[in-house]
This record gives sequence, C-alpha cells and structure tokens, in this order.
Amino acid sequence: MTAAADRGVRAAPVAGRRTAAALRTATHAEWTKLRTTAGPAWLLLATVAVTVGLGVLAAATVTCHTAEACLVDPARTSLTGAQLGQAVVAVLGVAMVGGEYGTGMIHVTLAAVPRRPVLLAAKAAVLTAPVIAVAVVAVAGSLVAGRHYLPALDLGDGAVRRAATGAVLYLTLMALLSLGIATAVRSSAGATGIVLALCYAYPLVVKAVPDRDWQRHLEQAGPTTAGLSVLATTGLRELPIDPWRGLAVLAAWSAAAMLAGGLVLRYRDG
Amino acid sequence: MTAFRYLLRAEWTKLRTVPGWVAGIAVAAFLIVGVGLMPGMRGSCGRSACSLPVGPEGQEVTDSFTFLHRTLTGDGSVTVRVASLTGLMAVPEPGQSKPGLEPWAKAGLIVKDGVRPGSTYAAVLLTGGHGTRMQYDYVHDRAGTSGTAAPHWLRLTRTGATVTGEESVDGVAWTRVGTARLPELPSTVEVGLFTTSPQHSETSSETLGLQGAFGGPTQATAVFDHLSSSGNLTADDWTGTTIGALGNASGLEVGGSERTGDGFTVSGSGDIAPAVSGAAGLGVTITQTLVGTFLGLVLVVVVGVSYVTAEYRRGLIRTTLAANPRRGPVLAAKALVVGAVTFVVGLVAAATVVALGTRVLRANGVYVHAVTTATEVRVVAGTAALLAMAAAFAVGLGALIRRGSVAVTTAIVVVVLPYLLAVTVLPTGAARWLLTWTPAAAFALQQSTPEYHQVANLYAPVAGYFPLAPLAGFAVLVGWATVMLGLATLRLRRSAA
Repeated sequence: MTAAADRGVRAAPVAGRRTAAALRTATHAEWTKLRTTAGPAWLLLATVAVTVGLGVLAAATVTCHTAEACLVDPARTSLTGAQLGQAVVAVLGVAMVGGEYGTGMIHVTLAAVPRRPVLLAAKAAVLTAPVIAVAVVAVAGSLVAGRHYLPALDLGDGAVRRAATGAVLYLTLMALLSLGIATAVRSSAGATGIVLALCYAYPLVVKAVPDRDWQRHLEQAGPTTAGLSVLATTGLRELPIDPWRGLAVLAAWSAAAMLAGGLVLRYRDG
Repeated sequence: MTAFRYLLRAEWTKLRTVPGWVAGIAVAAFLIVGVGLMPGMRGSCGRSACSLPVGPEGQEVTDSFTFLHRTLTGDGSVTVRVASLTGLMAVPEPGQSKPGLEPWAKAGLIVKDGVRPGSTYAAVLLTGGHGTRMQYDYVHDRAGTSGTAAPHWLRLTRTGATVTGEESVDGVAWTRVGTARLPELPSTVEVGLFTTSPQHSETSSETLGLQGAFGGPTQATAVFDHLSSSGNLTADDWTGTTIGALGNASGLEVGGSERTGDGFTVSGSGDIAPAVSGAAGLGVTITQTLVGTFLGLVLVVVVGVSYVTAEYRRGLIRTTLAANPRRGPVLAAKALVVGAVTFVVGLVAAATVVALGTRVLRANGVYVHAVTTATEVRVVAGTAALLAMAAAFAVGLGALIRRGSVAVTTAIVVVVLPYLLAVTVLPTGAARWLLTWTPAAAFALQQSTPEYHQVANLYAPVAGYFPLAPLAGFAVLVGWATVMLGLATLRLRRSAA
C-alpha cells in the first residue's frame, strides 16, 4: 500500500467528521436565527390557524352522515385547509433565505459558513423540523374537526391515514420547494410570486387548456395538481395521478428546486 | 388644500418614476386581457344554432312547454281542476327514466300572445314542490298557497290588460293568487292548459365546484278535468301545440296531449322562465371573460403594498414626513394616487377584454348571454373599482405592517385567495361565506346576470353567481380598506417612522 493511498483512506473519515461538525454548527446557527426572530413563530402559528380554519369552514358547510350518502370525499374536504396552509409554509420557506438577501445578512452568514452546500442543508434541516411539527398539529386538528362535522370520516381507515401522512409530507415538501426557489432567485418577492403562481395560477391555467389529454398530462406534472392527489380517499380513479405517485412528483419538484438553489449558491457570488 | 395638491403631485411623481411599479400595473392590465382572450372554452353552438327567445322585458328566456289551447277574443275566463301531476326523470343510462317530479315542474292555465316563444303571457299553475304560483312575463313569480298538491282547482281570468289567477281546493271557495298587468297583450290571445318540467340538475351546495352537477331532461304529466270556460272562444276544439321544442328532441323531451275520459292529459318538458347560465342553464355570461382579474389583482396589491413599504426600506419615508409634517394626509394621498391610476388602467383592460373576449367565446361556439348596456358598464367599471379599492387596501396594509414580504403575503391571502379557493376547491357553502366576509366580496361587482329563485340552478361563485349584491360586495371591500387605512394612519401618527 502506498503512502498516498494510506493518507487517502485516513483522510476520508476526517473530512466526513469535519462536514458533520460544520453541519452541526451551521444548523445550530440557523436554529438560533429561526427561534429569535418573531416572523417564523407567527408564520408557524398561522399555518395551523389557516389550515384548520379553512378545513372547518369547508367541513361545516357540507353534510354527510354515512359514507354512502356523501357527495364529497370527507377526508379531502376536512383537509381543504392545506390549500391555504401551503401558502403560509411557502412564505416561511422563502423567508428562510430571502430575508437574508433583503437585509444583507447573507454576507455574514456566508462568511461564517463558507461551505455553501452545508449552509443550504442546515437551512433545510432547520426548516423541515418545525414545519413537520406544525403540519402534524394542523392535519390532526383538521381531521378531528372534520370528524365533528362529517361523521362519515373514519379516522382509522387506511386511506384516511395515508391522506393524513401525505398532507404532512405535502406541506413539508412545499416548504422545501419554496426554500429552493428562494435560494435560486435570491429575492423574497420574486420567490413568493413564483411559488404562489405554482400553487394557485398553474391549476387554473391548466383547467383552461382545451385539449383533455394535455390537461391531464399537465395536471400530472404540476407540483400542486399532482401533489394534492395524496389527500384523496374516494374517487381515486378520477384522479389525474395516483396518490403516492402524485406526492413523488412534488418531491421531484422540491428536489430540483433545492438542487437549483444549491448550484446557484455554490457557483454565484453571495 | 394647496398642500394636499402638492402632496398628490409628489406621490404621483414617485409612482410614475419607478419602472417596477409602472410595469406592474401595465402587466396587471395585460394579464386581465390576456387570460380573458385565451382560447380555453369550447362550445357546440354554431354561429346561429344557439339563440334564445327574448321576453317582453328584454331578458333571454326559456319558453318551451306543451300547450292545449283555443283562441280567445276579448275578455274571458278558464277554470280547470288539476287531477294529478306526476313526473319522469332521466337516469344516467341512455333511454331509461325513473319516476320523479321536479320541484319546478309546472301545470296549469296560461294566457299568451300567440304561440311564438318569448311572447307575453300570464299563468296560474301548480308546481311539483313549490305550491301554487302566479307567474307572468318570465321573471315575475308570486306564491299562492304553499304545499298544495293535486287535485287542485285553478282559474285564470282576462279583463283588458289585467289577468287574474285564482285557486281553490274544492271549486267553490276561491282565493286570488295574483294579478298581472300585461300592457302588450293583444285582444286576441291563446288560452288553455299547459304542462312543462325543467332540466333536472343536482344543485347540491355540498359538491365541490361544478363537479357534482349532473342532470338531464325531465317530463311532467298532468291530468286535467272539469274544464270550463266563459267568453268568446273559437268554436273548434282544443289544439295541442309544442312550444319552443328543440329540433332534435328525444325521449323525455317529447311531450303531447290527448283527451282522456272527461278531461285531458298533457305532458311536457322544458320551462317558462328566464334563461340562466351555468350548470342548469346554457352557456356563460360576460363575467367569464374577466377570469384574469385575480391575476391582475395580485400585481395591483403588490404595487400598492410596495408603494409604501419601499419608503420604509429605503428611508424615503423620513423625507416624505419631513416634507409633510401633518402625517394624516400622506396615506390618503398615496391611496388616492394609486387607486386612481389602477382605476383608469383597470377600466381600459376590463372594457377591452369584455368586448373582445365575448367575441372569442362566441367564435369558439360558446353561448354568451346578452346583457343590457347598463349591466355591462357596471361590470366593467366594477372591475376597475375592485382593482382600485384593493390597491387602496394594500396601501393601508403596507403602512400598517411596514415589511414588504409579510404585507404582500397578507394582502394576497385576504384579497385574492378567498376568490381563488372559492372558484376552485371549496364547497359552495364555504365559498359563499368567504365571498361575503373577506375583501374578495367585491368580486360581486362582476356578476352579470341575476339569480332567479324560480329557476333551479347551481348559483355558485364558480358559475359567476356571488352571495352579495354588487354594491353590497363592494361595500365590504370599502369597509376593509377604510379600516386598514384608518389603522395605518393611526400608527403613522403615533409611532416613529
């Protein structure tokens, strides 16, 4: 065994340990930023409030006592609030990095954490944990409230559990998508505009496409049109894409956005 | 006053010299027009195939029923007993039907100017589920006794231009249902028995959007007996005519009449009522051309918010306040300037898209309901007013929150998203609630055809029917904008910039 190879073998774990240490420090720093500014806490609270609020509004205006007599999907109706909650988590995702570009804080951050992929990973980790936590609360709250108005909603049902898990993952992936886009475009306003357009304008524009096949393909490809199919528990045949595959489409969007954000961060000046 | 004029001028200069804001407002107009002209909808109406008769009061109407009639000259009266009223409904399997009476199925007596669809008429009738009614000239509907069912007696009397409808349970004691004045009714009219039954549609408020709307033709059959008349009626027997039938009518849509025992059996399908757009009706309204408004609105609130928050971010607010130590009018001037600009731009965009968009829809074979010029002006000016007031609201919100991204998101969430969610995912009940209480209530200004309680339809925001009257909806937005500007002015006065 040559000396060079010997060094290489021993250097790898050291580099890995260094990355882990850098990640730990960066995560700690990001967590401090998140918890010491007022904005994120309010946004997390707002996520729960608007998700449960809109879910209650939707469920309260529908009556269905038995699954057979239901014209609507009780789980999906109770989880309607995710359609509004996604806007709030998106703003949170954008604020994680967009705010730093607005104030110039990004220069300090990059001076402290020169390894940029590590910084983005730390931001993603610090964003994901609280978003999962509030998404669990929001989804559980929506379903419990939905159960109150829609007795047909069976919380033990496998499809309902899948929808609940899916809704939590959906909100988390939307937050990561927004973080990726904001890192790539480096502006709060621009990133917010792009994410909200993907959430709300894209589905409407797709609805206006005259060709049915194209419409279906575009629905299968859109992050929200495909991703939201994970909330459905009835009428699965009419969905543009089946539930988990739909969520996978959103996951692909989030991964692509994070990759784009990572590349921009890595190869452009802060 | 001079000071305020200078202030307005300063704010106008700020607005027109920031390229981003000018571009934002221009793009808003472009989006409103662009989305409206996008060739999204396709219909099956040829250039002349779909045309609706127009009633005496100018509305487009549905006028199709089975009519068993004689000619009456001068004054006269007809009395009949509706012995039974039953119905049939289409089911999803083609060619099949099931028993079922539509709530607005109608059978009774009618006096009408000839047999031309759309001509003036008055009728006293028994319905499937809404009791006895007196209806005339398509849009007028007066309730008689509710909960009545066959057998039931009806009488219609014509005296000059006045037609009176009466009802009775026994043919002895009569109560008046209503009186109609028909100035256009000639001295020679057709009078007789009629039956009709409107299109069935699931108009449940519980389904999301229009997904749950399904239906099909229905048919009602009425057995009439104890028919008697007075006045100068023609000697020949009662003639059966199907009014306003479709050329390709089939199955339940084909009615008929025959003499049975000592009376008549008349079955018919259709309606005598104002024509509506949407699930249970035909085509769309001019509101459809304005679907891009929400996109324009997004840009307008972004400009409105940043018109204020940019001053805080750049520190310009200190200069502004140094120049205007009396802080109160500063926000008023900002709201006025950005409101006036968006109003003018919105007016041009809305007028363009309504004029051109209607043509595009018609060229694609979509039936677009005709509206009066006054309604068209209200819809166009209303869209401009909606944009302008939303901009003023955004100014208030921006000054209250001071941080651009938070204020922009809040503005979009409370102004644009309620509308978007209402027309896409929410059940009708929730949609109506949101469009009653949030600033998005002002979208009611875009409603172009009224709801008619006597026509069953899915009156949902997605079909262009809003819960509030146009001005009431606008008042909700004005209220929000006033409160927001008030709070913002308070904060501006009380706290350091």
